[in-house]
Amino acid sequence: MDFLQPTSWTDALAARAERPDAVAIAGGTDVMVDLNFDRRRPGALLDLGRVPELREWAAEDGWVRLGAGVPYSRIIEELAIQLPGLAMASRTVGSPQIRIRATVGGNLGSASPAGDAHPPLLAAGAVVEVQSAARGARRIPAEEFYTGVKRNALAPDELIAAVLVPTAAGPQQFCKVGTRNAMVIAVSAFACALHPDRKTVGTGIGSAAPTPRRAPDAEDFLAGELQAAGLWDSRGRLPEELARAFGERVAAAASPIDDVRGSAAYRRHSLSVMARRAVTWAWNDLREAA
Amino acid sequence: MSTEAGTRTTTTTQPSGRVGDSPLRPDGTLKVTGEFAYASDLWHDDMVWGVTLRSPHPHARIRGIDIAEALTVPGVIAVLTADDVPGENAVGLEHADQPVLASEFVRYEGEPVALVAADHPETARRAAQRIHVEYEVLPAVTDPRRAMDDDAPAVHQPGNLVRHLTLRRGDPDATAPVVVSLDFEVGMQDQAFLGPESGLAVPAEDGGVDLYVATQWLHVDQRQMCLALGMPKELVRLHLAGVGGAFGGREDLSVHVHASMLALRTGRPVKMSYGREESFFGHVHRHPAWMTYEFGAERDGTLVYARARTVLDGGAYASSTAAVVGNAGTLGLGPYRIPNVAVDAYGVFTNNPPCGAMRGFGCVQAAYAHEALMDELAEAVGLDPVAIRQLNGMREGDTNITGQVIDSAAPVAELLQIVRDMPMPPPADTSDIRSRPGAVGNTTHGEGVVRGVGYAVTYKNVGFSEGFDDYSTARVRLEMTGGEAVATVHTAAAEVGQGLITVEQQICRTELGVERVVVHPKNTAVGSGGSTSASRQTYVTGGAVKAACEAVRAVVLERAALSLGRPANELRLDGGKIVGSSGEVLVGLGEVLGEDAVEETVEYRHRPTHAIDPETGQGDAHVQFAFSAHRAVVDVDVELGLVKVVALDTAQDVGKAINPDAVVGQIQGGSAQGMGLALMEEIVVTDGHVRNPSFTDYLIPTILDMPPMQVKVLEYADPHAPYGVRGVGEPPTISSGPAVAAAVRAAAGKPLRRVPIRPEHITGT
Repeated sequence: MDFLQPTSWTDALAARAERPDAVAIAGGTDVMVDLNFDRRRPGALLDLGRVPELREWAAEDGWVRLGAGVPYSRIIEELAIQLPGLAMASRTVGSPQIRIRATVGGNLGSASPAGDAHPPLLAAGAVVEVQSAARGARRIPAEEFYTGVKRNALAPDELIAAVLVPTAAGPQQFCKVGTRNAMVIAVSAFACALHPDRKTVGTGIGSAAPTPRRAPDAEDFLAGELQAAGLWDSRGRLPEELARAFGERVAAAASPIDDVRGSAAYRRHSLSVMARRAVTWAWNDLREAA
Repeated sequence: MSTEAGTRTTTTTQPSGRVGDSPLRPDGTLKVTGEFAYASDLWHDDMVWGVTLRSPHPHARIRGIDIAEALTVPGVIAVLTADDVPGENAVGLEHADQPVLASEFVRYEGEPVALVAADHPETARRAAQRIHVEYEVLPAVTDPRRAMDDDAPAVHQPGNLVRHLTLRRGDPDATAPVVVSLDFEVGMQDQAFLGPESGLAVPAEDGGVDLYVATQWLHVDQRQMCLALGMPKELVRLHLAGVGGAFGGREDLSVHVHASMLALRTGRPVKMSYGREESFFGHVHRHPAWMTYEFGAERDGTLVYARARTVLDGGAYASSTAAVVGNAGTLGLGPYRIPNVAVDAYGVFTNNPPCGAMRGFGCVQAAYAHEALMDELAEAVGLDPVAIRQLNGMREGDTNITGQVIDSAAPVAELLQIVRDMPMPPPADTSDIRSRPGAVGNTTHGEGVVRGVGYAVTYKNVGFSEGFDDYSTARVRLEMTGGEAVATVHTAAAEVGQGLITVEQQICRTELGVERVVVHPKNTAVGSGGSTSASRQTYVTGGAVKAACEAVRAVVLERAALSLGRPANELRLDGGKIVGSSGEVLVGLGEVLGEDAVEETVEYRHRPTHAIDPETGQGDAHVQFAFSAHRAVVDVDVELGLVKVVALDTAQDVGKAINPDAVVGQIQGGSAQGMGLALMEEIVVTDGHVRNPSFTDYLIPTILDMPPMQVKVLEYADPHAPYGVRGVGEPPTISSGPAVAAAVRAAAGKPLRRVPIRPEHITGT
């Protein structure tokens, strides 16, 4: 197995184009597990750890452009204000050691339905920026990026450059259920974001469908009900039955399975509870901010 | 954490590290800094690597094995199958019923079928994939409750029953005005030790083999290896390598015969090291259990009778199933006075993973049933959980259900009172996300959270039971080295992380009055130390070391008496000197010993135990009992089924704390392991296949799952045991889990008759 270690983004893209048999590796917390278990034996590893461009983030015009190689520990420390949902999700990733290594780019590359970063990216309306040496950069909305279980929209010659996340215009929440209180893969996860500027609601569901996904019916339902009741403007209390109905619609958007980590029925149930609670917290945050 | 030392009177300020002190363990700093050499770190310059090919099927007939392609892989040095086993192709802890390598049948997923040695572990693994085994898949017995049915396929001839223990006492058909009953199910727990199986076999010039291996009992390994290798024990020498935890999972053989076969065949040192996934297939697990219990009581709660039926899934081979059934039967009703008893405990063969020893050994499963039922009884008669247990709890002088008199302390009521009276934890700190159920998962800000409290108590046999000749050997040598008196202690008793090395040193210092004690590497060059299990090493090997020290001391004092012209019984050893009865220094040890070394080897046995009557289960089956109680306080998010254990407080009688810090360490670790079974630890087996052989999906508690503990240690000396010690390691693993389960039931308001309790059991979804 060859080990390719470019030190610039240009070289990385060139290596990606030359070696379609290479697997890109960032923190290695997913890829190395597969290699150790002999589930994958690629012709080459393309280590992106020495590409400085990937390890930077910048605020740009209402967005945060988050380099694919920024580890979760830095998101927690540096972006809790701008990207609160992603920071909360980052807090639940693995152990402290894993959070120092693991990256959002890696989560997107693996595209596991259980990846912790996906629900807040979906809820926030993030866009994935990918690039190839031949065709340059293109931007893919997060909800179009996940195409199947552990599959994504990357072309064979493309690498993930960054993810562009709108700076939070309102409260965001993230919840994750696991059978242990830390260092656990999600049995189910939910993220929501309130966009009071646009009077819309964002959602993201994890570990409860073949891909991470939004719950569009729940989003439209809640935004519409809030509008109809004038709550976006009055910032009045969120009716409990509305939160409950929102939770039920989130649960209905999932297509969970039974597996060793949990039952489909529990996953659906837990989503309804998490969505009801999370949206209530977010709405209360919005009211307090007013 | 607060740690109080009950009735202890010895000060812990003495720097010398005698019995009752807590000297630092020699391996502690190395382990914390990552420098300790575990068995997986073994290295030999010209060594090659061995790997095991295992069965993918729970039950199949082997039609043929073709190794030709594997042998063509460059770097491969040997490929071995059952035909290459030099001696008898059978090993086993109690019954030699398991092939070294499967020949005709495989009986569980993961059973070893062939071995490869190569110059690189990856080469060996890849070559193993090129061994072609033709299997005829057979119907598998995977439900132990059906294993004894007439139409169940036989895993072994003549049938699937390993042991049926019948216990009858008083009137087995007794009746009572208050009757409670339940069914309880316990899932398969794994020892989950952190250092996977590993060993290095080095062929010797005399035709023998030296095996460096992580194990719990060198001599029982040696006995099995000699049979399988067809070699006398002089040629099969074992040396203890660095052991990364054991908990019963290293009682059975793992790499031992395999690595030795490859070393003897190739003439090269052979290292074998399992990865985490293979480790889940490479050792036995705790028996899953299905239990039906009934208590009858007077209206005031006094127990009149108990009936129990227990089925334990032994998996594909016997291992220690019979002894686990022995405990689940003889101790299966807990530390209570019960005049009329009918117990039937069964251990059965299935095509599931083999089950055997694990910390708590048959008592863990039973405690979930009898403690849940005791709470039911309390409810039925209107008593609280502590009062019902105190009312029925054993006292010294009581007779247990096998008719054995408890002839030393049995402080059931006191232990319960202590944990009840401990300060309760404050209400949850809602400002810290980590203190809520779900913790950093951010699943509740207080919604749905209900607090619950639960109690449990247990007693556990210490040492081997039912007539087993349970002994340990110690060799102690006293000599002058560089002008200083030095004691060397040599036993084969395995240090697996529990701190036995430190205990051996403390005993030598105490008995011989010397500061410097060298612990000889553990190997088979000295007699058996018995198993590091059954909470027995401080008692039995500690007893052997004490006895050997006494023998050495007698020789030394006799010599001193001759030269001093004083009677030996007026002399003592202290500070490397011979001192008189009032402590006055009479002569230095160097002057008495000169160039001589005084060395004595002693075998120590505890009081004999006895087989139980096959019809009634009556008999003095056990030598000693150890008691503990736990109080658990939990916060449960009843809507999501998530649990935060807020407090897990305990009291335990240890007889005498030889090393108080190590005692508390055992109690903390054992409590965590017990809590793990209550809430998360389970090997999920479907149709004979293990579905979660990884630490990704076999969850063990983290620091956010385990609360700080209040630990109260009582020291009621057992007059029959050296220093009065009582085994420590297992009781916490038994009473902690049922206390947690009781607390969750109290919070959730649901019966919850299965552990681990999963979130969906609490939510009912």
